[in-house]
Amino acid sequence: MRGATHAKWAACAVAVALGATACGGGGSGGSGSGGGSKGIVSASWGDPQNPLEPANTNEVQGGKVLDMVFRGLKRYDPKTAKAQNWLAQSITTNDSRNFTVTVKNGWTFSNGEKVTAKSFVDAWNYGAYLKNNQVNASFFQYIDGYDQVHPSTGQPTAKTMSGLKVTGPQTFTVRLSQKFSTWPDTLGYAAFSPLPSVFFTNHAQWLSKPVGNGPYTISSYTKGSQMQLRAWKKYPGPDKAKNGGVDLKVYTDNNTAYTDLTAGNLDLVDDIPAAQLKNVKADLGGRYINTPAGIIQTLAFPFYDKRWSTPNAQKVRTGLSMAINRAQITKTIFNDTRTPATDWTSPVLGSAGGYKAGLCGSACDFNPAQARKLIKEGGGIPGGRMTITYNADTGSHKEWVDATCNSINNVLHNDKACVGAPVGTFADFRSRIAQHKLTGPFRAGWQMDYPLIQDFLQPLYFTNASSNDGKFSNPQFDKLVNQANAETDKTKAVQLFQQAEGVVRDQMAAIPLWYQNGSAGFSDRVSNVALNPFSVPVYGDIKVK
Amino acid sequence: MPDKLPRNAGDGAIAPTGAGGAMDIATENLGPGNAPGAPEGGGVEEARSLWSDAWHDLRRNPVFIISALVILFLIFISIWPQAIASGNPLSCDLAKAQDGPAPGHPFGFNGQGCDVYTRTVYGARASVTVGILATLGVAILGSVLGGLAGFYGGTGDALLSRLTDIFFGIPVVLGGLVLLSVITNSTVWPVIGFIVLLGWPQISRIARGSVITVKQNDFVQAARALGASNSRMLVRHIMPNAIAPVIVVATIALGTFISLEATLSYLGVGLKPPTVSWGIDISSASPYIRNAPHMLLYPAGALAITVLAFIMLGDAVRDALDPKLR
Amino acid sequence: MGRYVIRRLLQMIPVFIGTTLLIFVMVNVLGDPIQGLCGDKACDPATEAQLRSEFGLDKPLWQQYLTYMGHLFEGNFGTAFNGQPVIDLIGTAFPVTIRLTIIAIIFEIIIGIALGVLTGLRRGSPSDTTVLLLTLVVISVPTFVTGLVAQLLFGVKWNLIQPSVSPDAPFDQLVLPGLVLASVSLAYVTRLTRTSIAENRRSDYVRTATAKGLPRRRVIVRHLLRNSLIPVVTFIGTDIGGLMGGAIVTERIFNIHGVGFQLYQGILRQNSQTVVGFVTVLVLVFLVANLLVDLLYAVLDPRIRYA
Repeated sequence: MRGATHAKWAACAVAVALGATACGGGGSGGSGSGGGSKGIVSASWGDPQNPLEPANTNEVQGGKVLDMVFRGLKRYDPKTAKAQNWLAQSITTNDSRNFTVTVKNGWTFSNGEKVTAKSFVDAWNYGAYLKNNQVNASFFQYIDGYDQVHPSTGQPTAKTMSGLKVTGPQTFTVRLSQKFSTWPDTLGYAAFSPLPSVFFTNHAQWLSKPVGNGPYTISSYTKGSQMQLRAWKKYPGPDKAKNGGVDLKVYTDNNTAYTDLTAGNLDLVDDIPAAQLKNVKADLGGRYINTPAGIIQTLAFPFYDKRWSTPNAQKVRTGLSMAINRAQITKTIFNDTRTPATDWTSPVLGSAGGYKAGLCGSACDFNPAQARKLIKEGGGIPGGRMTITYNADTGSHKEWVDATCNSINNVLHNDKACVGAPVGTFADFRSRIAQHKLTGPFRAGWQMDYPLIQDFLQPLYFTNASSNDGKFSNPQFDKLVNQANAETDKTKAVQLFQQAEGVVRDQMAAIPLWYQNGSAGFSDRVSNVALNPFSVPVYGDIKVK
Repeated sequence: MPDKLPRNAGDGAIAPTGAGGAMDIATENLGPGNAPGAPEGGGVEEARSLWSDAWHDLRRNPVFIISALVILFLIFISIWPQAIASGNPLSCDLAKAQDGPAPGHPFGFNGQGCDVYTRTVYGARASVTVGILATLGVAILGSVLGGLAGFYGGTGDALLSRLTDIFFGIPVVLGGLVLLSVITNSTVWPVIGFIVLLGWPQISRIARGSVITVKQNDFVQAARALGASNSRMLVRHIMPNAIAPVIVVATIALGTFISLEATLSYLGVGLKPPTVSWGIDISSASPYIRNAPHMLLYPAGALAITVLAFIMLGDAVRDALDPKLR
Repeated sequence: MGRYVIRRLLQMIPVFIGTTLLIFVMVNVLGDPIQGLCGDKACDPATEAQLRSEFGLDKPLWQQYLTYMGHLFEGNFGTAFNGQPVIDLIGTAFPVTIRLTIIAIIFEIIIGIALGVLTGLRRGSPSDTTVLLLTLVVISVPTFVTGLVAQLLFGVKWNLIQPSVSPDAPFDQLVLPGLVLASVSLAYVTRLTRTSIAENRRSDYVRTATAKGLPRRRVIVRHLLRNSLIPVVTFIGTDIGGLMGGAIVTERIFNIHGVGFQLYQGILRQNSQTVVGFVTVLVLVFLVANLLVDLLYAVLDPRIRYA
């Protein structure tokens, strides 16, 4: 075929002109089944939104990398979500306010530098300092002196937090601004990771190829297309990688990643697209997992709008909650990758951690007659019609919002009582919330930062808390949360939080919809695949055949 | 999934349009001068006879009759969907989601458990309105501006052409989010306006190219030599002969506009519930093509029939007006 | 001719300034990008203010624009929110997209014009009807579905291609995506060619050529086709925008990290630096493409002249 050869050469000439690197060979380098090379897991990935600094990563894609490259004082058990000491030898306190942290000996960063008390203190001070633009800075807000490095307005007056003091090579003390008994359990979050000195001395170099102390090292990173991580042979921890490495490949769409998985070009896809859930068993057989994650979806209300904050409106909110057929929506729309919510936390906390199935009681049961009655008693939906606002650009929110509205409309025998109101971009959605422009319920999703009941309640419903988007405020709730935080006994603290949760229920501060699961599919090349409670794959445990 | 996010018509092109537009123009101007070489003169009688010739042809052309009937039917159900669908397009039972046909529900149910037949019938109103009006708007605006630019050339042409370059540069997604996100009502007008605003440059360039070619023809030169005024030449000689590509692009664009409406809805800035449209139903059914293809089949089929009717109509009208095919 | 080209090239300057300004304002009208950066949580006000001044968003719009243009003339396209220089994004996305567009246009030219000539010469024949039906399918079925089905058939079921395109995106992997991308435009090209051919085949010069006894093939290609191509060429010129900036669906389905995808992300994240950078380059491409189209008019129809 002379013509074909000729065309190929011509194509190559153009390709060279356009800067293409692969020509002649055709196809990408030797990818067999599963797409990865020997002992390497290939997995789907999305472009991280922010640079990969630990205190600057608040979404799951960047979180995947941090989970492989960093280890902190605590680590959450991938199965039970329980916080375990990891780099911490001990964290002690007498008063729930002053903590002494001892860092284990023998840990190093992958560049050989020792992990010391200073590695933590410097990292935390960096994360909290306003001028470093770290989006997770608020994780350090309970540490004394945070207000000086990160005032809510104006310029910082200090560069380091007065509450942090290095007291020895491996020990430091932390003083909090208030009592917070379960504070040590928050330390498994990636923002609290230690940082090597190169992070501070040569920041640009570190960013192009982050160096940490976790079981993997980054061997190459091409922004926007892929990252290769390799098992770090000298990793001192007990959770050494059980595979040779992980290649994270950026996909423009998780549907494509799924197709690649079924075609045998990829080993692991987390977050199976909703439209594929019906055929996932047929495509993958048993190579599909669907496990609870610390994520709850709720409908929040604009309490700044008078019509939603009257004493009677509580009845309307509860009535709306009872008008939503959660069981049917989770089954039909989500194919059981969501579970109807019966409290405001998450099953991954476990009952000892504060999860209490059925705490919502009858208010979360689908009960059309009672729903109609309550909504009528409460004076009906404000204005007779309401919208559920959501952002159209991420996730497939349209389907469940439409289904929820249909459910409410069917109960109320009014096909226009509730309609979905999409907003084009997430940023626009957020800014409408921030500017109090919404006049009806809106989508609110909460992914836990750390597996504590506190994290499901305080940031969301405490007066003026950071994520209290609907501006809910209840003195009884605030009082109980303060008591719970001051309580040194964990069981008692959890009980107090649950009492506070009871206030949320009685006021129906937000309608709990469903607990979200993490889902993943994998190829027949790999085994032992699991998702942790943050719905991040436990990469280190994956075995390659 | 956006079914078409692209700048111009979806992954392809947002093209302009104008079936109906073309027809109107035809009625008004196409008469005389349609015959190349026909010198000036040609009074009103002649115009009438040329048009009545065309009309005479059309009336006997089964393709024209069938497509016109289909379009009339579509307009009829747009105005009065209850005539053929007794259900409520907004009444949905999630328990029946994605189910196939059942008694009284010949097309089955969609992902929300709504009746596909009823929604397809009710969807005609928004979709046919958007399709026809946006196409008309784009065709008229585009062919007038493009035609003038092509005919006169010079500075005006340069200005208009560079303006179209800028318009081509505006991504549909950005334009949609900026221009439509402030609008909260759920009527079709903002969507139509938006499509016209972003769609006219393409027809304008097509019309311009076509006019540039036609104005070189002998009959135009002859008319000029005989002292015909510019406007007379444009209206009598050039437009009728240059309109064919505009009709072609417009009739196809009608279909892509209906899909584009779905793209805008997908972005959260198009038609909003409780409005029902084919575009919205097509785009929400698309991800489920493997499991429940019937959800896509019927609204897409309705769209295909609509486009077919307009393409055939456009073809028939064009043929009837083309003296060379006489 | 030479002067004409130079004049056209000079016109690029105002268009360039106009576009950048327009897009800059549009992205700004979209809203506050900072709100999207902190995920489902609200940013604390201090971080918000700090990020805003970091990205220069606290300044008045005209000042932001001037600063941006100043940097642009130094060849600095700014930085995306994830810390990647926009020029790098442009450098990786455009070659891929240009390759994809070339393939799509080749399909449009070869298949579209061939089918157009075929159907134009045999109107009403079974092949004409078949092509019409295909056209309808392509228009009424979303690209998303066509692409997905093609990907499943070729990539998974028959295993002929890799379902997703590798980051290098060589030409051979882009053939199927290119075809999917071209599908809607193919419908236009086919029908435009068909109409032109049908219209011109009865014109005097074709009759003359046939009467002179020229071979049929020569009459079709040299006389009939050449004179019928102007609308087709115009259409393809206007279509480049749709193909390059608007291939979002195709790029997502086949995992192509091209212009459409980057632009879409930039818009959703309201990153004006990315969006303005990409659109600026796109507009330059349209300017050149439309210049080429105008010059082609003169080649196809020698009566058309440019002074």
